[in-house]
Amino acid sequence: MKSLEDLEKKINSELTTKINNTKIKHNQIYIETDKEDMVDVAIFLKTNQDTKFRQLIDITVVDYPEQNQRFEVVYLFLSHEFNQRLIVKFSIAENEVISSLTSIFPSANWMEREVFDMYGVSFKDHPDLRRILTDYGFEGHPLRKDFPLTGHSEVRYSEEQKKVISEPVKLEQNYRNFDYESPWEGTKYIKEEIQNNDKKN
Amino acid sequence: MTKKIKNLNLNFGPQHPAAHGVLRLILELDGEVVEKADPHIGLLHRGTEKLIENKTYMQAVPYFDRLDYVAPMNQEHAFALAVEKILKIDVPIRAQYIRVIFCEIGRILSHILNVTTQALDVGALTPSLWGFEERETLMTFYERASGSRLHANYFRAGGVHQDLPKGLEEDIAKFCETFPKIINDLESLLTDNRIFKQRNVDIGVVTKEDALDYSFSGVMIRGSGVPWDLRKSQPYDCYESLDFKIPVGKNGDCYDRYLCRIEEMKESVSIIKQCLAKMEKGPIKSLDGKISPPPKAEIKQSMEALIHHFKLFTEGYRVPKDEIYTAVEAPKGEFGVYLISDGSSKPYKCKIRAPGFSHLQSMDYLIKGHMLADVPAVLGSLDIVFGEVDR
Repeated sequence: MKSLEDLEKKINSELTTKINNTKIKHNQIYIETDKEDMVDVAIFLKTNQDTKFRQLIDITVVDYPEQNQRFEVVYLFLSHEFNQRLIVKFSIAENEVISSLTSIFPSANWMEREVFDMYGVSFKDHPDLRRILTDYGFEGHPLRKDFPLTGHSEVRYSEEQKKVISEPVKLEQNYRNFDYESPWEGTKYIKEEIQNNDKKN
Repeated sequence: MTKKIKNLNLNFGPQHPAAHGVLRLILELDGEVVEKADPHIGLLHRGTEKLIENKTYMQAVPYFDRLDYVAPMNQEHAFALAVEKILKIDVPIRAQYIRVIFCEIGRILSHILNVTTQALDVGALTPSLWGFEERETLMTFYERASGSRLHANYFRAGGVHQDLPKGLEEDIAKFCETFPKIINDLESLLTDNRIFKQRNVDIGVVTKEDALDYSFSGVMIRGSGVPWDLRKSQPYDCYESLDFKIPVGKNGDCYDRYLCRIEEMKESVSIIKQCLAKMEKGPIKSLDGKISPPPKAEIKQSMEALIHHFKLFTEGYRVPKDEIYTAVEAPKGEFGVYLISDGSSKPYKCKIRAPGFSHLQSMDYLIKGHMLADVPAVLGSLDIVFGEVDR
């Protein structure tokens, strides 16, 4: 499709039951779907003559720990033919398993491994779901919001044991996470006053 | 009598000069033929994305230098563009030209390193000696503009950190005159070199279809004959107003990718020349005091500037809630940033899409059926830098 609006219409009409929401922003289309429909959506996007999203650019996850459906899985697609970018998303809860796209896009292999490594989201039918970026024997999923920035363990070379050993992180000084909210705009009574004024106007 | 022969498993790296960094490649060999390759990556993983989530937008820039550390400013560019698009700020035209000049310098830096070290892997020593001399000159340009040879931290949302020092433009122009001769010298050593061709022609062939399926970008996809360059197809900054060609390969082998890189360096020189000719004096960063820090002199005079300075370097600027994916044509391919902001002064999420990651994952597909000695040749032409693969 030539224009993004046409593409949006096309996708909405062809995939009516599988699409929850579409919007155009920053010259890209954002589509929301369900985890069951993802494979069908991907096959459609790749093979349809009017979309031709031949390339899977990346897969990633956004973590919202306060929500019931904690993880938002994001797929980025690119169509060389029509020079368009498309983003597909759906939300899942913590222990849900999603289908792998490796049979449709071979490049999904490592991207899914990375998601598994960083967020602990598992993929069904993945040929080789191992950790990829973290160390051998690593525990935890570092990009989750509840994983501390400093990690849980650190390694060092032990002169006594003559080998590299892993031990719990010991910090001389705690990591300082400053609250930068400015008192000029942040003090509670001022904020309330501003809000009240806004309501009056 | 039949004898059972077991395939040999070979550990290539993580300490191997031809692995271009810390790659552990586990090869399954049948005699000298590679049956399977399993790259183990992550030995240089530093948790860049996690760190960026805990830093303000301005503090996140230096992490981008440390991804693909042979072309640092190209990465910064992707991040700067993402933040600018969310903040909806314009970049002054002079800043756009400066950014394009340094991105093209980055491209030359990266391509020289890749072409010459790949030649080194297949047995030619001299090109690296000649090439690195030029890299040194280019890195002094980086140093004069930003204060640092490698980790520049120069691009900002809304422009660049500071204007070019006196005389730098002239020196870059001089370099543009002398550099094409060096490219010719390198070509005279390699392009028709019998050994170099024997090691590269028809090695690591990628078809058009596979290049798309494996999410290749940059030289890896152009070498296979797909005319795709983000500078042309989705132009950012001032690339639209510049005149340059996109070299495309025919066979998709290591040799074509080498030729593409050589031609791209020539195009980069022409782009830099055009930028220098078109560049005029003017502001080099957004004039919005809420985003760009004020000049030092002003801080001593104006109370407002002092407050801006203080706020920018403690809290940082806030970015409204939004999400965006922006990509630039880095020397190695499509380098993208998927940024989610939540209205605070720190990114909620910043996913970095590194071209080398998808290139390296196709190693098994590329090397299957080749000889062991072809591994460094293919690895070299993938143009892998572990800073960006491992992040």
